[in-house]
Amino acid sequence: MIAGLLSGDAPRSRILSALLLAILVALALAPFLFPGTRPLDVAAKVCVFVLLVASYDLLLGYTGIVSFAHTMFFGIGGYGVAIALSRMEPGWGAIALGTVAAVALSLALSFLVGLFSLRVKAIFFAMITLAVASFFAILASQLSDFTGGEDGITFKVPELLRSRVATYYLVFGVALGLFLVLLRIVNSPFGRVLLAIRENEFRAEALGYRTVIYRTLANCLGAVVATLAGALYALWLRYTGPNTTLDFSIMIDILLMVVIGGMGTMYGAVIGAAIFVVAQNYLQEAMKAFSGAMQGIPLLPDLFHPDRWLLWLGVLFVLSVYYFPAGIVGQLRARKKA
Amino acid sequence: MSHPVLETRGLTIRFGGHVAVNAVSCRFEPGTLTAIVGPNGAGKTTYFNLISGQLPASAGQVLLHGEDVTRDAAPVRTRKGMGRAFQLTNLFPNLTVLENVRLAVQARAGMGLNLISMWNSHIELIDKAENFLARVALAERRTALASELSHGDQRKLEVALLLALEPDIFMFDEPTAGMSVDEVPVILDLISEIKQQKDKTVLLVEHKMDVVRSLADRIIVLHQGELVADGAPAEVIASPVVQEAYLGVPARG
Ligand SMILES: Nc1ncnc2c1ncn2[C@@H]1O[C@H](COP(=O)(O)OP(=O)(O)OP(=O)(O)O)[C@@H](O)[C@H]1O
Ligand SMILES: [Mg+2]
Repeated sequence: MIAGLLSGDAPRSRILSALLLAILVALALAPFLFPGTRPLDVAAKVCVFVLLVASYDLLLGYTGIVSFAHTMFFGIGGYGVAIALSRMEPGWGAIALGTVAAVALSLALSFLVGLFSLRVKAIFFAMITLAVASFFAILASQLSDFTGGEDGITFKVPELLRSRVATYYLVFGVALGLFLVLLRIVNSPFGRVLLAIRENEFRAEALGYRTVIYRTLANCLGAVVATLAGALYALWLRYTGPNTTLDFSIMIDILLMVVIGGMGTMYGAVIGAAIFVVAQNYLQEAMKAFSGAMQGIPLLPDLFHPDRWLLWLGVLFVLSVYYFPAGIVGQLRARKKA
Repeated sequence: MSHPVLETRGLTIRFGGHVAVNAVSCRFEPGTLTAIVGPNGAGKTTYFNLISGQLPASAGQVLLHGEDVTRDAAPVRTRKGMGRAFQLTNLFPNLTVLENVRLAVQARAGMGLNLISMWNSHIELIDKAENFLARVALAERRTALASELSHGDQRKLEVALLLALEPDIFMFDEPTAGMSVDEVPVILDLISEIKQQKDKTVLLVEHKMDVVRSLADRIIVLHQGELVADGAPAEVIASPVVQEAYLGVPARG
């Protein structure tokens, strides 16, 4: 039963299992364990980013595709729901329509980008995705009648979702379900072909796999899941704007989360997103407390001034990438093997 | 008239000004093993690359069962029955030995686009893969990563991937190069087993003359990209052109 849910891909490390279980329980009981708006907000963000990062890992970690268009698909999901809910009766029908339309658009875009450019060298593909994503971000800010421009769109949600707890469980449930679907995909016969392509595309072709089909399909799957993550995020925030979805800094965040958690592991997305989102939200406060406690000692209070939090986040990442090149999950699994 | 299994007509490739394979026309019949010999840089591997589609021909054609496959990409030709083992070991380094073979078995079974089932649940594919590993005497190393294998074992795995494709045409490119003496017989026995099957066609690039002599039904000689001799082993080996071109003995007269 559990093996089936995890698609036969157990964490394979006791510490990792414990960490994952702790995160799962924390997220599942978040509304009761951490009362208050802010913690629940952080928990919902973790759920959304676990899904977003896992879908990116499908591309980067499993298939070896470097794409910078992931936030574009995330944004398409967010805008799909936002536009539908702001223009129609704010009901489930609008959510469904917005989501379906967004998924269709993402599918078409990822298919086209994939088909035209996955044949070329990885670096060109990365550039093309970067160009398409930038173009899309500009488009979103220009079509302000439609997208609300830089201000974004604030919208009403259906009756049921006016309860934060209910919305939270929608986000949590969908994210968990889709994560398990991704876990199944990477552990399917198809998933192993993706690994084969990452390892040696030339040989995968020689075995009879038409790799462009596999890469395009992976690209489309990643895009669809990112779109759904975007729709969830919009429902949670009741708002979609460039800075919550399309911003390039989010793309960088995704990359960092994948790398810190461990590429090509899926579980890395859980660990990476949890650590990153929590750090992003609480590091500043931790530093404030620390800086306060250090009052009177020269230099230290300044060094740990809350305004320096980004600097420290950066330092943490450089250290973690330097010491765990295989990411946290890779490190934990390797330790067990040794 | 029935078609040969495989035929090349005027097959040519140019790299800039250098003609690596020059208008090679040749037919291959089932149930035979053809050895392809020639000095280093003669174009043997390049000829293979043209046949199995790793390189695009500059001119000429490749015909498979009479069908022109010159424009088909490598994976398409593989699905049509061509199987290739590479001279330079070409594996999936960070996957296990079993996973490597399993990928070939799965390609052959056409199951690559199955996204829903668990990789581990296809017992029949795993059994098949284990069986091919046993045939190259690698069963014990099944859980090792391909990159952890010794050179000789990597060569065996390379051969196992070819076996697992169960092709009509087996193309071996120096399969025993760099293997230790006691590992070689396993591979040679396998090749001679394959050639016993009347519907299989084997192409073997090989430098070791004793191997060629014991296995080949026919030898073709490539020299500077051209086919310079073709015939029964004893005849070809004795011919002056081979003595000169391949063995470096100057031809008399
Ligand atoms: N991709 C390529 N680009 C340019 N030149 C190439 C390429 N591939 C092969 N060649 C050249 O074509 C010639 C034939 O090489 P090939 O590898 O086919 O020889 P070979 O007969 O297999 O030799 P060996 O016995 O050493 O394996 C060589 O001169 C080689 O440098
Ligand atoms: Mg060669």
